[in-house]
Amino acid sequence: MEKKSQYTPLSKVLTCVFILLSLIWLVPVFEVLMNSFKLNTFVNLEPFALPNGESFAGWVNYIKGMTFGNYPFLKAAMYSLVITVLSVTLILLFCSMSAWYIARVNSLASRIFYYLCLFSMIVPFQMVMFTLTFTADQLKLNTPFSIPIVYLGFGAGLAIFMFLGFIKSLPHEIEEAASIDGCGAIRTFFLVVMPMLKPTVISVGILELMWVWNDYLLPYLVLDRTKFQTIPILVQYLKGSYGTVDLGATMAIIMLSITPVIILYILCQKHIIKGVAAGAVKG
Amino acid sequence: MKAKTRVNLVQRPIRRCAPLFILPTFLAFVIGFVWPFLQGIYLSFCKFNTPKDAVWEGISNYTKAFTDPGFRNAFWNTASFAVVSIILINVAAFLIAYALTQKLRGANLFRTVFFMPNLIGGVVLGYIWSLIFDGILKNYGTYLTANGTYGFWGLVILVAWQQIGYMMIIYIAGIQAIPQDMLEAAKIDGATGRQTLFRVVIPNVMPAITTCTFLTLTNSFKMFDQNLALTGGLPSVIQDGAKVNVTELLALNIYSTYNINKNYHGVAQAKAVIFFLLVAVLAIAQQAATRRKEVEQ
Amino acid sequence: MKKLIALLLALVMVLGLAACNTDNPDNTTAGTDGATQGGSEDATPEGSGRVYYLNFKPEADAALQELAALYTEKTGVSVKVVTAASGTYADTLTAEMAKTEAPTIFNIGNLSGLKDWNDYALNLTDSAIAKELTTDDFNLYNEDGELKAIGYCYESFGIIVNTELLEKAGHSLEEIKDFASLKAVAEDIHARSAELGFDAFSASGLDSSSSWRFSGHLANMPLYYEFRDKDITEQPATIEGTYLDNFRSVWDLYITNSATDPKTLSTSTADESKAQFTEGKAVFYQNGTWEYAGLVEAGLAPENLAMIPIYCGVDGEENAGLCSGTENCWAINSQVSAEDQQASMDFLCWLVTDETAAQKMVDTLGALPFKGVPESSNVFLADGSKMLSEGKYTVSWAFNHTPNVDSWRATVVTALTAYSADPTDANWEQVVSAFVDGWAIEYNVVNG
Repeated sequence: MEKKSQYTPLSKVLTCVFILLSLIWLVPVFEVLMNSFKLNTFVNLEPFALPNGESFAGWVNYIKGMTFGNYPFLKAAMYSLVITVLSVTLILLFCSMSAWYIARVNSLASRIFYYLCLFSMIVPFQMVMFTLTFTADQLKLNTPFSIPIVYLGFGAGLAIFMFLGFIKSLPHEIEEAASIDGCGAIRTFFLVVMPMLKPTVISVGILELMWVWNDYLLPYLVLDRTKFQTIPILVQYLKGSYGTVDLGATMAIIMLSITPVIILYILCQKHIIKGVAAGAVKG
Repeated sequence: MKAKTRVNLVQRPIRRCAPLFILPTFLAFVIGFVWPFLQGIYLSFCKFNTPKDAVWEGISNYTKAFTDPGFRNAFWNTASFAVVSIILINVAAFLIAYALTQKLRGANLFRTVFFMPNLIGGVVLGYIWSLIFDGILKNYGTYLTANGTYGFWGLVILVAWQQIGYMMIIYIAGIQAIPQDMLEAAKIDGATGRQTLFRVVIPNVMPAITTCTFLTLTNSFKMFDQNLALTGGLPSVIQDGAKVNVTELLALNIYSTYNINKNYHGVAQAKAVIFFLLVAVLAIAQQAATRRKEVEQ
Repeated sequence: MKKLIALLLALVMVLGLAACNTDNPDNTTAGTDGATQGGSEDATPEGSGRVYYLNFKPEADAALQELAALYTEKTGVSVKVVTAASGTYADTLTAEMAKTEAPTIFNIGNLSGLKDWNDYALNLTDSAIAKELTTDDFNLYNEDGELKAIGYCYESFGIIVNTELLEKAGHSLEEIKDFASLKAVAEDIHARSAELGFDAFSASGLDSSSSWRFSGHLANMPLYYEFRDKDITEQPATIEGTYLDNFRSVWDLYITNSATDPKTLSTSTADESKAQFTEGKAVFYQNGTWEYAGLVEAGLAPENLAMIPIYCGVDGEENAGLCSGTENCWAINSQVSAEDQQASMDFLCWLVTDETAAQKMVDTLGALPFKGVPESSNVFLADGSKMLSEGKYTVSWAFNHTPNVDSWRATVVTALTAYSADPTDANWEQVVSAFVDGWAIEYNVVNG
């Protein structure tokens, strides 16, 4: 050991171990990728074999997957996107506003609302799912454009809790100064408070985004499925069909649905990981 | 007196805008949570197809729920699943986090990889893993839904694969928050690696441990998508004169009870209330217990 | 004042989102109690009801969508056709029925289904659609003798045979008269499969896409004979399983004389089984008349296809015909508005009287018992008719009596899968238990 390395031998061994572990971690994704290029009947027969001359399908599965049944993948993807974007926007906007109100106004009503939010965080979805289905149907919250209201309602608890945790640590002085300068509450919030909330907005946004995008049961029960499906609903639908389980095409659809998410993750992983860490410490 | 004026300076204008700031969320909250919750409690005492035709029944739904062997089976499944996954996920996530916070080449890359499964939805995950498990088990002449054991451990592996990365992130944040001089002090005092770990690191990441056990506990109790997509509760067998879906967890059991026919809507809702009480008690007890620990530390 | 403006603003924000999608045309008000819904009440042109057909048959989905579009084009009435993912019809129907825009036409599979949905089914006695029928055989009547659901197509299942391959193997259809002869032929083909390049039976997959062929259709054999012996016409609380040994014989025959390893049946899909048959790798393929179009499309010549009865070694079975019946009965939702009911009735009548529609229906569904519907070109249906004209008896769909059917079948499939992987007597006992004990349990669940 002439040259002093920054890395000890133990850490080198650890690196090797982790390389191996990471590869194992990636196996399921690789498995889907590989099978999405195999002909339908080979997926089950040889799930771990690489596509070969006989089983290689080219882009067939992808073409089929895009036009599968009478519900094209892109339509489901679009609805998933609409629901996710609208819901997350609503949650971020209205929950940060509510949290600021609760933090700054010390009234009975805001205390009650706060405790209700805390309470809602431990209530499992099963408790409300049947009744929520009826309510949402009656209020016409069964389309991708109105279901975000349900998400705002059901997701308010966690979001308000997290925003509140952060707002409480903010100094009052800046807002007071703004107030003295004649800023109304709305301007104070959007021009002064909101910029300070940015890190929390990112972490709440990421948590809610992961939830809404991947959620299966809520949209499955609430949405008017006769017109609207999301990606998770589509995947489950394909799996449950009699007679025509086209495994190859399903693999292609799964691949299509996880690729954008993984790309997004690689692009903003710093924010995502920070967001999760920050969200958890407060949660 | 002065403090009060200061508070009012901020409070008054906000208060005036209460409808804008709090009403939208509150209305949505009532629609999406409060009203369904209250209605759910009421309907658990009713026989109903839709809320419009609900007829008061008293506690018979609860009696049916408690005497249903499928529900009891689902309870024990969920409980053992929770215990196993809490221990497995937290130990593994902590060890990985600890290793990755040491000087390690490629630590960031590994972190990226381990977290990745969280981005994939539960239904899709269940689907992928059922293919993998069946593919492996085929070589041994068996299959995933052959018995409850495969299904149970299959779900444990799936969920561990998914959640270890998430908990690891939290542990990493916890470990990195330990003051550097505390670790150096331990080193100067000649503490061994093991001593540092148990005397310095673990006590200092207690908040992270609290959070992670809380999250894994509630996650495993609420588990639905993965359960549905991996085994769907199968195998379905006859035990002691009753039908039981061997790998069904509570959330799925409630869902499938609802779908038997309209006579079971009330029973499913009663099960949901029991389920809620269970989760609530566990969550509060866990929080209370670990918070006390944190204070003691 | 400011307070008021803020309040209004907030309300507009919330309601605006809720309202912005209530203005699409097929969102017309539904239900007798539709007044309770939020948003705006759309003005519906007078007399034009809404049709929402919750379809039960996945394979008919494309054709129905096409016909619905055609009907809308011709009459201006909006028709929405939705197909439930298979195995989820009951769930979907339950969920959809609770909605304000409930289905106006839905499917009732059998008498126990009628029990569940009697309150929602319009009395169709002497209705326009009932007058188009040629037979009463497939209709469902409630306890008061009211016609509640109309059997709009019937189907048969049996063992589909590739006669070209059968002859290549040196056998002929005439040889197969009962279980013993079927077994002899199948075992001979399986024994020479390497030399012939094909095997006897296509995979008897037990994956959810395929298992209904056995837990539903094949299971019909023991149920039918037991019910026939006991003159059972209503859902019995218990069964004895007197013919389960016969069931075992056929099942053993299927799984041992096949290219697919019985240990892998749990994940073997319907597509695999069908592919083996269409690619000429199997002679026999248990399925129904509904498969005809798909098989011809996949390249099999109609003259090389035939359907024979499922033989399982019961006395007198040489006189058996195909298993015929239906799980497809139209019911009209009695809880929707009169306009919607009328519109639905008109649509159904159009489906079976309009020339284009009737032809399409026949091509998709096989045989329809309506006056205005032409004969089917389906050779399997022709085979079935021929057997009937020879005086053979129809094996009716006894499985229509199964209580809590999806759940009962799940238990049977579990046991059958375990038995296939390890065919011991002990494992067969589990199948018997799933059949017999499972029946009693499910009966109590549904009726208890």
